[in-house]
Amino acid sequence: MTQSFRLETGGLINRDKKISFKFNGKNYFGYEGDTLASALIANGVHLIGRSFKYHRPRGFFGAGVDEPYAIVQLYRNGETEPNIKATEQELFEGLEAKSVNCWPSVNFDVGAINNFLKIFLPAGFYYKTFMWPKSFWYKIYEPFIRKAAGLGTASIKHDKERYEHKYEYCDLLITGSGPSGLASAYSAAKNGAKVILAEDKSRFGGTLLTSDVNIGNQSGKEWADSIVSELKEMSNVTIKNRSQVFGYYDHNMLVMSERISDHLPETKKYHPKQRLWYIRAKEVLISSGSIERPIVFGNNDTPGVMLSSAAKEYMKVYGVLVGKKPIVFTNNDSGYETAIEFKKNGVDPIILDTRKEPQSEIIEEAKNMNIDVKNSYVVVAAQGYKKVKSADIAKISDDKEELGSVENIKCDCICVSGFWTPTIHLASQSGNKTKFNEDIDAFVPGTSKQNEKTLGAANGIYTLEETLKDSFERGNQLSKEITNNDNKVSFPNVVEKKSTVHDKFWCVPLPKGKNYKRFLDFQNDVAVSDIEIALKEGYRSIEHVKRYTTLGMATDQGKTSNLNGLQLVSKIENKVVPAVGHTTFRPPYSPVSIGAIVGREVGKHSKPTRKSPMHSWHEKNNAVFVDAGVWLRPRYYKRGDENLFEASKREAKNVRTNVGVCDVTTLGKIDIKGPDAAELLNRVYTNAWLKLPVGKARYGVMLREDGIVMDDGTTTRISENHYHMTTTTAQAANVLSHLEYYLQLVWPELNVNVVSTTEQWAGAAIAGPKSREVLKKLFPNSDVTNEGLPFMGYMEGDLFGVKAKIFRISFSGELAYEVNVESDYGYFMWEKIIEVGEEFGIQPYGTEALSTLRIEMGHVAGSELDGRTIPYDNSLEGLLSKKKDFIGKRSLSRKAFAAEDRQKIVGVVPLDKKTSIPEGSHLVKDSNAPLPNPKLGYISASCWSVEHDNPFSLAILKDGKNMIGEKLFVMSPLKNKVIPVEIVSSHYVDPKGERVRS
Amino acid sequence: MLHIKCPHCGMRSQNEFSYGGDATVKRPELGEEISDHDWDNFVYNRKSLRGKHWELWQHLSGCRQWIKVQRDTATHEIFKTLKANEDIS
Repeated sequence: MTQSFRLETGGLINRDKKISFKFNGKNYFGYEGDTLASALIANGVHLIGRSFKYHRPRGFFGAGVDEPYAIVQLYRNGETEPNIKATEQELFEGLEAKSVNCWPSVNFDVGAINNFLKIFLPAGFYYKTFMWPKSFWYKIYEPFIRKAAGLGTASIKHDKERYEHKYEYCDLLITGSGPSGLASAYSAAKNGAKVILAEDKSRFGGTLLTSDVNIGNQSGKEWADSIVSELKEMSNVTIKNRSQVFGYYDHNMLVMSERISDHLPETKKYHPKQRLWYIRAKEVLISSGSIERPIVFGNNDTPGVMLSSAAKEYMKVYGVLVGKKPIVFTNNDSGYETAIEFKKNGVDPIILDTRKEPQSEIIEEAKNMNIDVKNSYVVVAAQGYKKVKSADIAKISDDKEELGSVENIKCDCICVSGFWTPTIHLASQSGNKTKFNEDIDAFVPGTSKQNEKTLGAANGIYTLEETLKDSFERGNQLSKEITNNDNKVSFPNVVEKKSTVHDKFWCVPLPKGKNYKRFLDFQNDVAVSDIEIALKEGYRSIEHVKRYTTLGMATDQGKTSNLNGLQLVSKIENKVVPAVGHTTFRPPYSPVSIGAIVGREVGKHSKPTRKSPMHSWHEKNNAVFVDAGVWLRPRYYKRGDENLFEASKREAKNVRTNVGVCDVTTLGKIDIKGPDAAELLNRVYTNAWLKLPVGKARYGVMLREDGIVMDDGTTTRISENHYHMTTTTAQAANVLSHLEYYLQLVWPELNVNVVSTTEQWAGAAIAGPKSREVLKKLFPNSDVTNEGLPFMGYMEGDLFGVKAKIFRISFSGELAYEVNVESDYGYFMWEKIIEVGEEFGIQPYGTEALSTLRIEMGHVAGSELDGRTIPYDNSLEGLLSKKKDFIGKRSLSRKAFAAEDRQKIVGVVPLDKKTSIPEGSHLVKDSNAPLPNPKLGYISASCWSVEHDNPFSLAILKDGKNMIGEKLFVMSPLKNKVIPVEIVSSHYVDPKGERVRS
Repeated sequence: MLHIKCPHCGMRSQNEFSYGGDATVKRPELGEEISDHDWDNFVYNRKSLRGKHWELWQHLSGCRQWIKVQRDTATHEIFKTLKANEDIS
């Protein structure tokens, strides 16, 4: 296909570089520097998609971020991405795009039947229609709506692109590189301020690229280019194109998405696709410009109806004509600029100006060029289905209420200009109290909440001279306060055409007997009639009207629709626009990819992975790992064809009969030093600590203030004022914060220091009846006999030249020791233990066997200390000191905690001694009771008891202390299991605790 | 994201801190006789204030110090930060 709408010359594209691309399966050509939109228009393609609700044909309305409906599905380098604006997507070789919202094709779309049913699809249609019958919702309505809705399809493949995050600080962040952005950045940079200038588009310069002005004897573009190249040379300036500041958050933090590779056929090696910048700026200058406002008329969504500024941009930037028989429909002078541009390119436009007798320099120029100008004229309706073919036009009365006789004139595009709406999204997000400016009938930023100022068109200033003056000054003044430099920039001579006032006309009345759809919100298919219905139905607040009609929602966020919607509501309600107010502008300003938001924190990188110093040994010995918080721990060591059950049983059994070794490096360790260390322990643990001798360990339980068990562990007195505390793996960080809280805020008088030493020590638990034999070999010079190192004893030893700490503590319930060495020697220690233990049949055991051992012993762990249980529930009430107060003690005397039938830990054995009990199952008295069956308790942990060779579980059971011997049922609706069980003591093995003392 | 001035480290981003609740709550002395009502107020009952409020934060990924922050809960404005041992005036 030839580019029949491409101008012979002109534009900022590179005509030497042809680029081929595909749209809806068809091949086209464009040039380097095109957007997908400009290249399609150059090829005469105006039908790009179907609308959201009525599936009406959709073309192009804007030329950039303002575009409400030219949204496509993009295919790039084997990936696909929905929700791409054709007006923003730069063309690259091999680009492929498809229409969305249409089936089977954009030319013949079945959903378009909605257009003929539109009388049945008014505002709030979904709320009204799909309410009943209720049973229809899941099976019929929802799937139907889901299929019909949406703007493209998200990929379900893993995204192989890389996205990065960057944190940056600056003095001034300037959002937008139009005249105000460039001027303020330039004067601030000259004062030495650290400046970030962000431009959403690929080209710097904003409106300077398209307006016919002269600055310091240069064209607008030349002046912009010279400023940009100077800024790029300055080391205190970061200037970024393809970078949109989309969110303004608290404490002057703004977020910017930089599209690094989206314009390339594929991402370069070592480059990310996109980068998200978190920028903390001392001052923010918002120079985001303004967006042209449409005038509302019949069928104003027909492809070929577009913003007049967009038509101009397509000509001036891309050398593309949006039509060869244009109508310019305007209420202000901007439309004339577009008409003049058409004329310069050999196309004869007709201007319909709603104003009666406007006079200005620009209008004069247009008339001198013999452009046909019709005053007091309006477009009543566009005609044509997939493309504008003609326009119904009419004269309009001075009061803008009455239409004259309607005539039809041929045209192939209608360029609309309803004046300009400042882009106040960022200012509004920052908390700025916006105010209504009568002169431009739009909201502008008002009182700032944060350090931001809005410049130029975004602030409602539409003359270049005033914009530049104000921006140079602002940039200079704000930077001066930060850097104390005052390098004045000389103000250039500005030549621009003078314009006259606009007409506050925004909506063409319907001619008699016609019922054209007049659209306000093009993305969400909201027409004038929808707002009228919403108001008739009693919706008053603009926020409610928005949600009921979807006006200004979705990715568009009301960029072109907001003000016209407000005008309509204020007209019907007979209120002034500021009294109606505007809805909240929410970030992001325009869509940001999920990839950019997530950054590098994907999959395994979403959290750090912690490995013990012995990790590589476990790997070499067929360990199967499990995530324990952020740690990777061996779950079991696979031998031959063993599965988890077989392996863990073997490992646990070996601990009970011989000796096993388990990597316990992950346990939290806190070093506690200071003369008041014992006093601290005495206050945070429930039991007594003041008399613990040096060289002894003690088991302790910590509560929260509400009496719930927080954590347990052993703490050892290393020397007079030095303690070594251990915590559970999961609670290590919380316990440290807990201690710091009390030391820093509640008892600052205590002279104690705490520090985490979890990573400094590698730990191995050696457990089993033969563990002492292993110890003897490991520490031949130490007295590790029962007398030399009794239960809960501690000593230091020499492990083949490495200093080690030996604790005689036990989690498995067997005679056991924990040996700690400095982490760097962990691997060495482990190998030595395996080596000397060989003759005693030592085997490493993983977390599964560890659990089995502790469960059948009735030792509580995380599944019992789950944030819902008090010491009594865990049979730990013996550790509650009566003589002293401690954290959480007062809460234990609360009524429910002291109840006679309070829940308590018990053991559970299936009557058949065979059926495994699923964890999380409920305990009930009668398995056939009507639902909801009263729940007496729940299974907290299950194992296969290696001692008794049958299943055994721990449960937290109501009135547990009186339930031993009772027969109950375990029910697991999830696993569809009902198991008759007997309640037994939670101490299923060695209830007297003789083994640990042997 | 808030920007919080740690009295020990200077201005830092919120993601280095963890929130620690109302800074004006005083823990009853250990061993102090206290009614159920007063104890419940200490453990559970908190005012959800709109406006200026003293709260605790811990500079978890920094110096690990607990600090006191006077913040407006509606606007997020931070007026003052204090070290743990400094009194709220």
